[in-house]
Amino acid sequence: MSEVLTVPTMAEMMAQGQQPEVLFWVGCAGSFDDRAKKITKAFVRILNRANVSFAVLGTEESCTGDPAKRAGNEFLFQMQAMMNIEVLNAYEAKKIVTACPHCFNTLKNEYPELGGTYEVIHHTQFLKSLLDEGRLTIEGGQFKGKRITFHDPCYLGRANNVYEAPRDLIAKLDAELVEMKRSKANGLCCGAGGAQMFKDAEPGNKEVNVERTDDALEVQPQIIAAGCPFCNTMMTDGVKNKEKEGEIKVMDVAELIANAQDL
Amino acid sequence: MGYLDNILFAIILCLGFGFFGVNIKKIIRNIKLGRDIDRSDNPSARWGNMALIALGQSKMVKRPVAGLLHIIVYVGFVIINIEVLEIVIDGLFGTHRIFSFLGAFYSILIGSFEILALLVLVAVLTFLARRNIIKLKRFIHSDLKGWPKSDANYILYFEVALMSLFLLMNAADFHLQLLGFGHYEKAGAFPVSQFIEPIFNGMNESTVMLLERAFWWIHISGILVFLNYLYFSKHLHILLAFPNTYFADLNPKGKFDNLESVTNEVKLMMDPNADPFAAAPVDENAVPVKFGASDVQDLNWVQLLNAYTCTECGRCTSSCPANITGKKLSPRKIMMDTRDRLEEVGKNIDANKGIFIPDNKTLLNDYITPEELWACTSCNACVEECPVNISPLSIIIDMRRYLVMEQSAAPMSLNAMMTNIENNGAPWQYNQQDRLNWKNEN
Repeated sequence: MSEVLTVPTMAEMMAQGQQPEVLFWVGCAGSFDDRAKKITKAFVRILNRANVSFAVLGTEESCTGDPAKRAGNEFLFQMQAMMNIEVLNAYEAKKIVTACPHCFNTLKNEYPELGGTYEVIHHTQFLKSLLDEGRLTIEGGQFKGKRITFHDPCYLGRANNVYEAPRDLIAKLDAELVEMKRSKANGLCCGAGGAQMFKDAEPGNKEVNVERTDDALEVQPQIIAAGCPFCNTMMTDGVKNKEKEGEIKVMDVAELIANAQDL
Repeated sequence: MGYLDNILFAIILCLGFGFFGVNIKKIIRNIKLGRDIDRSDNPSARWGNMALIALGQSKMVKRPVAGLLHIIVYVGFVIINIEVLEIVIDGLFGTHRIFSFLGAFYSILIGSFEILALLVLVAVLTFLARRNIIKLKRFIHSDLKGWPKSDANYILYFEVALMSLFLLMNAADFHLQLLGFGHYEKAGAFPVSQFIEPIFNGMNESTVMLLERAFWWIHISGILVFLNYLYFSKHLHILLAFPNTYFADLNPKGKFDNLESVTNEVKLMMDPNADPFAAAPVDENAVPVKFGASDVQDLNWVQLLNAYTCTECGRCTSSCPANITGKKLSPRKIMMDTRDRLEEVGKNIDANKGIFIPDNKTLLNDYITPEELWACTSCNACVEECPVNISPLSIIIDMRRYLVMEQSAAPMSLNAMMTNIENNGAPWQYNQQDRLNWKNEN
């Protein structure tokens, strides 16, 4: 299958004297990680379907600096931030959407003081707004009646109090949304945050992602929905650890919506 | 001779409050050892937080059983203190139940104090059971070995004793009232102590009076001792919860502060007009900036206030993904260690006439190990859980900053991640020029 994705870059847009409605910040995972690239593409397919005018930075995008900052390297973080801000400001970016809660949090909360003030939204919030404005219709399709549980990403939920947008989208699929015992503000981390993704865990008696997968398995879902590429990896590994990959899929909310519409 | 009691009472009262005042001053001085941070913005939101979270206990009830019991003890503590006001006036002026002129209202007051006292007793006994019989995980955790465990129990014993003395005092008073003995005129209602009153039957009236006086004196002295115990105990939260919720961070939890000292340097680095050979401005008095925190003086004063406010309930630790999965990190221990080290630094200053003499110890390594710090996922569960808005996470991050920026002591794999970001703008080894390749991949 050779699909045609329309993915203009900010540079191309600018050359044509155009300003997109929204800048899609892809993020490092979304650009390079094989699993996360699928989420990126699913999101782009929805944007294309809804005729959203968007653009990416492409090769001009660089890490927001989130993992460096959480690891304690404030120098590296601020260097990344200031370089990105120069690029974003040069393109006069106003509104940024991203599928990564870590990029979302950093761009939204930590860039303004360094000179980069934008309206930053998570892709689930953006999809919800498309739905509310009637620019996108969602039908359950293959997910109708499926048991889906949503794992709250820490940097979307607790860090920024976004709990409802992803749930509203799942509800639109006519799926059966089941909540884990630890959810929303009480949600348990997948184990990847704070730069843990890039290092081995300290000695303990269990991996955090396995603990979290146990939470999910308890409510017997057919799909574990995520809203973060790192959570996605951790939960996928957790499900494999439990040898349940045959029965339970880990999917991003954008993938659910794209697949439901056979995009 | 008649004034001897009153003078003695005044002396005890002055000593009680005097010692407490001295220690409070010490706490304030210690908190001020921290770096400055401006938390004077948005006073209305701050008052709101204080009203809702400290006064209104809104975060306590997230765990309903402990929350409800805590509210009983809290309300009981606050309201029964109205009775302490009467005790103080009686003690100073040699009166007996000075507010009894309020008549029916006085009966309502005393009656409700008694009911609250009984409820507090029940709640406190339940708390003791949760710690010592049911042994809830967060109360038998290794953080609490030794003094912290005893401290928690002492507080509860104190409360049992104070409430019991209050009820015994009333029971004896009521007994004498029924007999119309001496100055014990009918005053107040005793819905609880009336059931204790019969224990005095058959006792000599003057013995009962002596007992009544003894209960009264021990009760008020006990309150003053308890007040002074606060300084040595986690129980300080009953006072500090209020300023702590007021000064807590109002930003979204995901927002970590941007170090200003770093911003200045990065701006200089990125400024194409900056002269790389220009001599740095010389300021004789300038203290070299230290990035991050290795000791309590490197933390800001709100973080130090947090440490004194922590009552070691352990909700943070019980929700910490690292701790749940057996890692050494315990957010509660981060707070306890910070307070212990701050106390140690304070004592050092006291012993050295107001100057801190380096003792070859630091919060980092001597109290908190890098292993604990690196186990944190920065998920904010501890911050979310804290009933008084303490942030163990901010201390963890400040200490990581020291490890990374001052000591280059990050775990190897994190160094590799950071090198990648520096070289190719991603935490993995991919070329920045390949960032858009996904578009054409299938």
